[in-house]
Amino acid sequence: MQSPGALEISRRDLLVASAATVTVAGAPSLAHSQTNTPEASTGTNVSFTVNGERLELELDNRTTLLDALREHLYLTGTKKGCDHGQCGACTVLVDGRRINACLTLAVMHEGGSITTIEGLGQPGNLHPMQAAFVEHDGFQCGYCTPGQICSSVAMLEEISANIPSHVTDDLMAPAEITAAEIRERMSGNICRCGAYSNIVEAITEVAGRKT
Amino acid sequence: MRFDTPATTNPIDQLKIVGQPIHRIDGPLKTAGKAVYAYEWHDPNTPYAYGYIVGSAIAKGRIRSIDVTAAKNAPGVLAVVTTDGVGELKKGKYNTAKLFGGTEVQHYHQAIAVVAAETFEEARAAASLVKVHYAEEKGVFDLAAARDTAVKPDDGEPDSAAGDFNAAFETAPVKLDQTYTTPDQSHAMMEPHASIAAWSGDELTVWTSSQMIDWWRTDLATTLGIDKEKVHIMSPFIGGGFGVKLFLRADAVLAALAAREAKRPVKVALPRPFLMNNTTHRPATIQRIRIGAGRHGRITAIAHESWSGDLPGGGPEVAVQQTRLLYAGENRMTAMRLATLDLPEGNAMRAPGEAPGMMALEIAIDEMAERLGLDPVEFRTINDTQVDPEKPERPFSHRDLVGCLRTGAQRFGWKDRSKRPGSRRDGDWLVGMGVGSAFRNNLVVPSGARVRLDRGGVVTVETDMTDIGTGSYTIIAQTAAEMLGVPVDKVAVSLGDSRFPVSSGSGGQFGGNSSTAGVYAACVKLREAVAQKLGFNNADDVIFADGEVRSGDRRITLAEAAGDEGLVAEDRIEFGKLTETHQQSTFGAHFVEVGVDVATGETRLRRMLAVCAAGRILNPITARSQVIGAMTMGVGAALSEDLVVDKARGFFVNHDLAAYEVPVHADIPHQEVIFLDETDPMSSPMKAKGIAELGLCGVAAAVANAIYNATGVRVRDYPITLDKLINGLPELS
Ligand code: FES
Ligand code: FES
Repeated sequence: MQSPGALEISRRDLLVASAATVTVAGAPSLAHSQTNTPEASTGTNVSFTVNGERLELELDNRTTLLDALREHLYLTGTKKGCDHGQCGACTVLVDGRRINACLTLAVMHEGGSITTIEGLGQPGNLHPMQAAFVEHDGFQCGYCTPGQICSSVAMLEEISANIPSHVTDDLMAPAEITAAEIRERMSGNICRCGAYSNIVEAITEVAGRKT
Repeated sequence: MRFDTPATTNPIDQLKIVGQPIHRIDGPLKTAGKAVYAYEWHDPNTPYAYGYIVGSAIAKGRIRSIDVTAAKNAPGVLAVVTTDGVGELKKGKYNTAKLFGGTEVQHYHQAIAVVAAETFEEARAAASLVKVHYAEEKGVFDLAAARDTAVKPDDGEPDSAAGDFNAAFETAPVKLDQTYTTPDQSHAMMEPHASIAAWSGDELTVWTSSQMIDWWRTDLATTLGIDKEKVHIMSPFIGGGFGVKLFLRADAVLAALAAREAKRPVKVALPRPFLMNNTTHRPATIQRIRIGAGRHGRITAIAHESWSGDLPGGGPEVAVQQTRLLYAGENRMTAMRLATLDLPEGNAMRAPGEAPGMMALEIAIDEMAERLGLDPVEFRTINDTQVDPEKPERPFSHRDLVGCLRTGAQRFGWKDRSKRPGSRRDGDWLVGMGVGSAFRNNLVVPSGARVRLDRGGVVTVETDMTDIGTGSYTIIAQTAAEMLGVPVDKVAVSLGDSRFPVSSGSGGQFGGNSSTAGVYAACVKLREAVAQKLGFNNADDVIFADGEVRSGDRRITLAEAAGDEGLVAEDRIEFGKLTETHQQSTFGAHFVEVGVDVATGETRLRRMLAVCAAGRILNPITARSQVIGAMTMGVGAALSEDLVVDKARGFFVNHDLAAYEVPVHADIPHQEVIFLDETDPMSSPMKAKGIAELGLCGVAAAVANAIYNATGVRVRDYPITLDKLINGLPELS
């Protein structure tokens, strides 16, 4: 047992501390903190594979992977919801792992292999996850949807690879595909339309088919 | 077509396609990333430039000067347009705050300049070099402090009364007098406002993200001082709006001005941190509710007063709206008072009025039921009314609130709710159930459509209606398919283009019913054109089915009927006096079960059920999605959503998605929705009503009531965060 005193942090102290953190994170000066280098428009050549196709681009070093896809390759299936790593709309797969494309610079991915929503399937030839989202109406406006789908495909791989999450009880046992695990692991993908209940059903169906 | 008598039997009643669970016809596009949103229009031969907004760093005052020298000299910059440089611009009809132009600053993050450059990175970097000198003025930012300065608004119907509230409340044996608060809230839709503007001579095309095409077109023309006929708006896919894309926004104005200056098409998206302060929000409210009842639970007196704030020229949050209609009681009054605040513009967010109003009223009802010793479902049932309680000669067109409450109670297992708050425990969780009525008025809005039939038998619908995730594409296709007797895959739907007939647009949960009624009207005309062309003169026996038109023993395919030149018909539905003679509203009941962590006070949703009575359900899949989405937003309203005002500097501090907390996957359990099987022939030929906003109204209060049932702690100030619960929780053993 802990000695009394060491953990004597009252509920109230805890709340004051976390409230202060929130205020700092929202300070307006942060909005422009990354934009103060006007001359630095130096370009770099980068080559990577997107949806199986090898591409070479000359990009401004400040260009995010997200903007490289959307503004330079016209792969606009990957969405920009916040550009700050807060929403998941920009989720793509890089070397098989899901990543927020807005939080990484394109030039960091020399030699990388990127899969976007367009690479998963097309109308008429949908990936099983895309088809399950249609079947379960796992979206409304559709803006978070490519990110949800890319994220869920990679997320099931993470469970198969036995990577634990915050809600995994037993770290020694194989990770399970439960609704709680899916919800926890998908919580980086916001859906303001609120399709969560249907998205979990879509993912569960695909997971069941897989296993 | 004028709709002024209740609908009788019509082809929609066949329900072969309407009312069926048909998957979204735009689903494959959206799931494959092929639906093109505003910022994504791309013509390979067009050299687009990128615009980046500069926002005001003060909340109130004037711009003294803007120094753009450094910005103009930065790499790649094509044009810099400033608010003082462009001079005064006329404000559009629907905006309260000015979007751009002139030197007055009305709110924080108001657009004051736009920088256009070859690339996004260059535009963003140059925007940070714009230097602004302000003359800052003192503003008023605190609603509670400004409450006493609030006045009766000039417009609308701020006050209402029937009977003698004061006398009845005075003598009522059981009474409640409580005050509730709701915070400022943000729409926080996933697609930020974005526009691409391209000039061709004096004609302007704008690809944007708009709920109301014609409003945008009109107000953009007004703002730019050009003829409306010269403006073309395109918005076929919209990444959510919830009200914040009803009215013209700064991105469209900035893109148009920057494109004119740069002589190139310019794309402008609002950066996420601008959304909360540059655009609109749901205003905070302070609401006082008084209820008096007899010992058996009949309400004898009910009063609802609400205080909110807005910029000069704005309006109140109409939070008392539902209290005029929802429960019986002979003696009643409502009143709204408006304070002038210098915060960003307050305006419509999903279910304006009812959403925050029901957050308060439905807690008050729960409190009153407890005082009376009545089950909250029973108390609501006792006080049902089939007529407008302020004007008893006005019946509801159709009202089944009681059916929703009873069905929900039965399906949810309401009888297992513990009567004593704070008495049910499951491990570390205090468990409770709550209920809230759902109520939202049904609005009807004129709506036009054009329908084409081609020689392949394909039907094409054109209307400037928008699909903001609501399912407009699909229900419009279903409507045309049903009317013309073809399968859904023989119908093409084109939306969101100002060259098409003006529709209701999407807002106020009027879009689904109104726009399909407009398509219905156009299809009636097309049917007449087909019959006439074929010489089928006895309109009564003409049948459209299986891709054919039949009359007596003649049958001709629609393809043949269309012929080489095809057929086209256009019409518009207009609504008569039925909304005056009858009150049209939608009804529901929300049931939730929560667990509250006994140590931390953290609330988790365990189960959610909504039962809705909202006329004919045109498509149970898309309607259900509207309701679960609204339930999710209601959970946010209950537990986390709160635009925090910096009362010294006058802005919303938590202006991004990290700090303004909307529900995520882990917050939302499986959700169930039941639609009562009903029609409302007074609403339109579709016999449908709105559903998208109903689903939000009452959810937050149901959560609040469940938290009370779980913990015994009554919180009247939203959101119900753990700090408001923790001191009332039982001692840890
Ligand atoms: S756009 Fe990348 S997380 Fe939001
Ligand atoms: S579908 Fe609109 S945000 Fe998820």
